[in-house]
Amino acid sequence: MATNAYIPHAPGYVDNDGPKIVSQRFVHEDSYTIERYEATGGYDGLRAALNRTPSAVHDEVRNATVLGRGGAGFPAGVKWGFMPPGKFPYYLVVNGDESEPGTYKDRLLMERDPHQLIEGCLITCYALGLAQCFLYVRGEMALAQERIAQALNDAYARNYVGRNILGSDFSVDITLTWGAGAYIVGEETALIESLEGNRGMPRLKPPYFPAAIGLYGQPTIVNNVETLSNLPWLVLNGADAYKAYGSETSPGTRMVAVSGHVNRPGVYEIEQGVTTFRDLFYGDNFGQGIRNGHELKMFIPGGGSSPWFFPEHLDLPLEAKPVGEAGSMLGSGAIVVMDETTDAVRAALRVVRFFARESCGKCTPCREGTTWEERILQRILDGEGRPSDIDMLLDIADNISPGPYPVAADPSQGLDAVPFPPKQTTICPLGPSSVAPIVSTIRRFRHEYEAKITRRDTIPVSVEPVTGSSDHHEVSA
Amino acid sequence: MTDTANDVSTVSVTVNGVEIEATPGELLIDACERTGTYIPRFCYHPRMKPVGMCRMCLVEVDAGRGPGLQPSCMLPVSDGMRVETESDLTKKAQDGVLEFLLANHPLDCPVCDKGGECPLQDQTMAFGPGETRFVEEKRHYEKPIPISDTVYLDRERCILCDRCTRFADDVAGDTLIHFMDRGNNTQVNTFPDEPFASYFSGNTVQICPVGALTAAPYRFKARPWDLEETVSTAWTDSVGSRVTVQSSRNQVVRLLGVDADAVNWGWLSDKERFAFEALNSDRRLGAPQLRQPGGELVDAGWAPALAAVTDALKQTPASRVGLIGGARLTNESQYAWTKLFKGGLGTDNVDAQLGDGLPAQLVLSLRRASINEACRPGGTVILCGPDLKEDLGALYLRIRHAVVNDGVTLIEITPTRTGLSGIAAHSLHPAAGEVAALASALVAAQRGEAQGAAGVSAEQVAQAAAALSGPVTVVLGRPSIAESVDSVTAAALALTELPDVAFLSALRRGNVHGALDMGMAPGLLPGRTPLSAGTVSEVWANTPSEPGLDTEGMLRAAAAGELDVLVLLGADPLSDFPDRQLARKALEAVTTVVAIESLPNPSTLAYADVVLPAAMATEVDGTFTNLEGRVSVSEQKVTPPGTARADWMIASEIARRLGNDLGFGSTADIRAEMVSVSPLFAGLTEEALIEHRIEGVLVTGSSISLPSASAPETPHHDAYSLRLVTGRRMYDAGTMVQASSSSAGLAAAVAVRLGTADFERLGCAEGTTVRVASAQGELLVPVVHDRGVPTGSAALAANAPGSPANTLIDCSTSVTEVRVERP
Repeated sequence: MATNAYIPHAPGYVDNDGPKIVSQRFVHEDSYTIERYEATGGYDGLRAALNRTPSAVHDEVRNATVLGRGGAGFPAGVKWGFMPPGKFPYYLVVNGDESEPGTYKDRLLMERDPHQLIEGCLITCYALGLAQCFLYVRGEMALAQERIAQALNDAYARNYVGRNILGSDFSVDITLTWGAGAYIVGEETALIESLEGNRGMPRLKPPYFPAAIGLYGQPTIVNNVETLSNLPWLVLNGADAYKAYGSETSPGTRMVAVSGHVNRPGVYEIEQGVTTFRDLFYGDNFGQGIRNGHELKMFIPGGGSSPWFFPEHLDLPLEAKPVGEAGSMLGSGAIVVMDETTDAVRAALRVVRFFARESCGKCTPCREGTTWEERILQRILDGEGRPSDIDMLLDIADNISPGPYPVAADPSQGLDAVPFPPKQTTICPLGPSSVAPIVSTIRRFRHEYEAKITRRDTIPVSVEPVTGSSDHHEVSA
Repeated sequence: MTDTANDVSTVSVTVNGVEIEATPGELLIDACERTGTYIPRFCYHPRMKPVGMCRMCLVEVDAGRGPGLQPSCMLPVSDGMRVETESDLTKKAQDGVLEFLLANHPLDCPVCDKGGECPLQDQTMAFGPGETRFVEEKRHYEKPIPISDTVYLDRERCILCDRCTRFADDVAGDTLIHFMDRGNNTQVNTFPDEPFASYFSGNTVQICPVGALTAAPYRFKARPWDLEETVSTAWTDSVGSRVTVQSSRNQVVRLLGVDADAVNWGWLSDKERFAFEALNSDRRLGAPQLRQPGGELVDAGWAPALAAVTDALKQTPASRVGLIGGARLTNESQYAWTKLFKGGLGTDNVDAQLGDGLPAQLVLSLRRASINEACRPGGTVILCGPDLKEDLGALYLRIRHAVVNDGVTLIEITPTRTGLSGIAAHSLHPAAGEVAALASALVAAQRGEAQGAAGVSAEQVAQAAAALSGPVTVVLGRPSIAESVDSVTAAALALTELPDVAFLSALRRGNVHGALDMGMAPGLLPGRTPLSAGTVSEVWANTPSEPGLDTEGMLRAAAAGELDVLVLLGADPLSDFPDRQLARKALEAVTTVVAIESLPNPSTLAYADVVLPAAMATEVDGTFTNLEGRVSVSEQKVTPPGTARADWMIASEIARRLGNDLGFGSTADIRAEMVSVSPLFAGLTEEALIEHRIEGVLVTGSSISLPSASAPETPHHDAYSLRLVTGRRMYDAGTMVQASSSSAGLAAAVAVRLGTADFERLGCAEGTTVRVASAQGELLVPVVHDRGVPTGSAALAANAPGSPANTLIDCSTSVTEVRVERP
C-alpha cells in the first residue's frame, strides 16, 4: 500500500511502511477537505467521545500516556488533571507555533489534516468541560492558517464546532489566531502573553503550568498540534490499541523530521521506543544512509535545544527515557544529521546564532549571554580566537545554565553522560538551549576549536548536494 | 524565636544558617532584607509587581526539593526553606549576571549623573567581577534621546530591568514607553511621534537603577556626593507627598519621592517633583516693593514697606480689612497670620480659599477617611470632584492602584470623563450644576428607589448604586468653578446618608487643609472650632464676635467700597477666583492692597501697593497638613533669596509694630501655642513629629457641625446654550508652574472641548477658532471633539495661558451658560 516515497502534495513527508495514526490521510491529495475527512472516519472520534462521559474520555487519554509532542514530553492526561476545579472559564490553547530549527511536522499536520486537529481540540474540550479554544498558528505558516480557517468554517457549517455540537448540549467556540514570528512564543507562557496581545515573553514560574493561572488569568491547557491530532484515533480505537504501538513508557507513534546529510531527509511517522536512530538514518524505509557514502559525524536528536549525539548513540531507540539518560532529549522530533565534512564550530555557531536572534530579551543571562557566545564563536571562525576563549565559552555557558550541562558520554575520554534536563538562571529554557551545541562540540571536538585558535585553520564549507531531496523544499500550492 | 515558631501566622526560614521568622506570602527578597540580609536586585521594586527579569537576585534555595538557584523576588517564603545568599553557587550566579549586564554597558560613569548613587555601580562593587572578559565591540545607540520635554533616555546605559515600562503601564496607566525589538537589540523607546508625555514621568527617572533615564532639571547639575538632603513635604498640592529635598551649594537641585506607606508610596507627580525650579527662578522677590506714584513697583527696604502696611492697618477699622490666601504657608505661618488678623486686629474677614474650593464648614464637619482607608480592598470610592490625575497626581496613583489591584470599586460622578474613567466601574456625568440631584438619586437608588437625574438615566443610577459595596469613601472636591459651590455642598450632604460613608477632601492647594485647621476661614478658630467656642480667649488679645466674609464676600464688599485694606497672602484672585470681573473690580476699588509673595503674580503686579517678599517651602521650617489631616514636617534646606522672610516672621513684625506682639520667636513657640489652644493638636509635639518623620501625625476630630445647604435652581436647558465646565489641568498659567522652567512649556494652549453631538452640530473642523461667549465675556479658542464631554456641556480648562476661563463666569449664578459659535 505505502509507496515508501515522497508525496508531492505533502512536501517532505515520506509515505513509508509502519503504523500511521496522525498521518494516515496524507496520501490523499484532498486530505484537508471536510469531504475527505468525513469519508475517512472523520469526527467519529468526536461522536464516540460524546457517547461517553467526559471523565471517561479523560481517563482514556490518561491511560494511553499520550506524551506531549511539543518538546518537553509531559503526559497530556496528567497535564489536564492540573486544572483547579470550579474556576471557570477554562481555556484550551493549541500551540501551533512550531519554530524549532529542523522541525516541520506540525506544519504538515495543520496543512494536510486540519480537521483531525480540530477534532482533537473538541475531544479535549469535551473531556475537560471547556467552551473556548484558541488555535495559535505560527505567523509564517500562511498555508496552514488558510487550511485551518477553511476547515473551521466547514466544521462550523456542519455543526462540529459551535453551539450544541451534533445535537448534544456540548458547545465550543474555536478561535484562530496567528503569531508575529517569534520562536519564543512556542514556550507556552510566552504564547499566552502573545495571545493576550502582549510581547511574547515567558511568564515566571511557578505556577509551573498555566493550568492554574493561564490565559486571562484563567486555568488554561496548552497542547501541541501533534498531541491533539492523536486524540481522534485514540478515542476511536482505545488506549489499548494506542499502547500496542511504541514502548511502555512512550506509547504510540510520533512524527519526526530528519534533515541534514541523509540520502532521504523528510518527515516520518515512527513507532516511539521501537525505531532507533540507526533505523531512521540508514533504514530503507527512512533516511536511506548518509549522503554520498560519507560517515556520520554527529547528530542533533531533538531540535536545536538538544545536546548532540554521536555515532555510538545510533542504536538508541527514539524514546524519552533512554535518550534523556544518555544526555539529550527528543524534544520536538527535529533530527539534524551531520557527516564528517561538517565543521563542528561552524555548526555550533549556526545553532547558537538562532537562539541569540530568537532570545526575547527578558532575562539578562539569555539576552546578553547568547549574543556573546555567538560573537565569540564567530571570532574563532574568523581566525581571531584566543586560547582562553574555549574555557570562557564554557564559563559563560555555566552562567546561563549552572552546573554540569547535559551532554553525551565520551568513552574515548572516559567521560560519563550528564542526564537531561539542564539547570537554568533564566525563566525559560531558551538561554540554556543555546549552550547545548557549545558544550556538545567542545567536549567532543575541542581539537577543532584549538586548531582554529592556534593555527587559524578553517575547514572548507561543504557544498555537496543532498541526493533524493530535490523537490522537498517546494511549498505546495 | 522559639516561642513564635508554633505561631501559624509566621513561617521559619533559614538564611545563611540563621533562622528568621517571616509572614506567609512574603517574598524571600523582602524577608531577607527585613532581617538584615541584602540580596542585590535591579528589576525588583517593592511597589510594583515582580517580573524576575534581571536575575540579579538569584540565590541558592532549598525548599525541600534540593538546592537550586531561584529568583528571590518571585519566591514567597515557605516553612523550612533554607537559603544561602553567600554560597559559591549564589556568588557565581551574581557574578555572572553582573558580567552580562556590564558586557554592553558603556561604563561612562565619569560623565553619568547616576555615578555615585548607581545601583549598578554599587552592586558591581559589592557582588560583581573585578574585570570584564568581554572584548567585543559594545552595543551602540544614539545617546541620549529626549523621550519627552523633561526626560532623556540613554539606551546604551539601559539594563532593561522593566522598571520604567512597568511603572508607566501598571502604576501610572500611561502606556507610552515600551520594549521594542528583541534579544540583544531589545530597547526601551516610545512610539514614533508619541512622546512620553506622562504627568508621572519623573518617577521613572527616580527608579531607574542606572543612568539611562535622566530628567532635564537635574542633568549635569550636581554630583551625588555633593548633595545635602532633608526629608520634607511636597508643597504644590494637598496630598502631602513625602519627599527628600536635595541641595547643592545652597540651591535645591532635586526632589525625590519618599516611600510613606500612608501617603505617596514614593511616587510624585511631575508637578510636585519639578516645582523646586520655581525656588531658583530669577523672578523671585528678594526685597520689599512699594508702588510709586507713577504706578511702578520699586524695591524698597523692609522698614518703609512695613511702615506702609502698619499705617494702612492703623487707619482702617477692622471690619474694613480683609485677608485672602494663605494656603501656600506652613501651619505655623498660617497660625501666626490668623492670630494677627483674628486675635490682633479682631476681624474675621479671613479666607485661605479663593472661591474655587469648598466651604470650610463642610470640609471640617464631614466624617473623614484617610488615603489608606479609601484604598481598603473591597471598598468603594465615589469620586465627586475634579479629575484627580490633573489635580492631585499622587492620590490618583494610589486610587488607581487600589482599583486595579485591590478590588476597590470606583464610581465617578464628574462633569466629564477623567483620568480614572477607564478603570471606573461606573462613570456618571451629571449636567453642570446638577450634581446634587444625581447624588440624591444615587442615595435613593441605594435604598431601592431608582430614578434618573441630571441627564443620567435611572438604569445607570441603579447600576451604580448596585455596585456600592463595603465601606464607601467619597473623594470630594470642586469639579468645576463654572458652577455654584452650593450644588457640590448639597451633593456631599446627600451622600452622607450612604451607610458607612466617609469623605476624603480633594481641595487642591498645597496646605489648604492646614489653613482650615488654623482657622483661616470666616467663622473658625484654630483646631476645627467655631468662632463661638471662644477657645483662644486666654491666649489671644481679641476674638471676633461675628463671622466675617469669605473671599467672594470680601471681593463684593471691596467692589462696593466697603473694604479698604486687602492683604493677599500668596493669592492671585485675578487668575484663581472664578469670577475675574468681580476680582478686578474689587482690586481696583480697594484703597490699599498688600501682597505677601514669593513670585510676582498678575494680581500683585497690577494692584499691589506694598509687596513683602516671602520665603517658600524648603526655605523655612514648619509643618504641612495634607488632605487627610496628616501633619508632617517641612524642613528648611536652603536660605531664601535676598531679604525674603518666613511668613510668620512678617506677621510677627507687623503685629509688633501695631503694638500687640504675637509672642513668637520660633516655629516651636507657635507649635507650643497651637497645642495649648486646641486638644486636636495635642499630638503635634516635637517628639512625635521627629518620631513620625516619614508618615506624619494624623490629626483627627472636629467640633464643627454640618452646614445646611440646598441645591441651587438651575436654568432650563435651552437649545442654544451649553453649560460651561471648568476644571483644572496639572500645568496651567499658575505662577509656580510658569516659574518652573521645565513645566512652563507644558501648559497646553487651551481648547474648548465639545461632545460628539454638540461638535457635529457646530459643523466645523477640529482646531477651528470659535467664539465662546457668556453674559460676562467671551474668548476666542480652538474647538476640539471630546467624547468624554456630555451633550449640553462645553469644557474649558481653568487658568490656561492666554485664555482665562474665569472671564466668562459670573459667580452669582448657579451655572455658566455659554454659546459656542463659529466666528
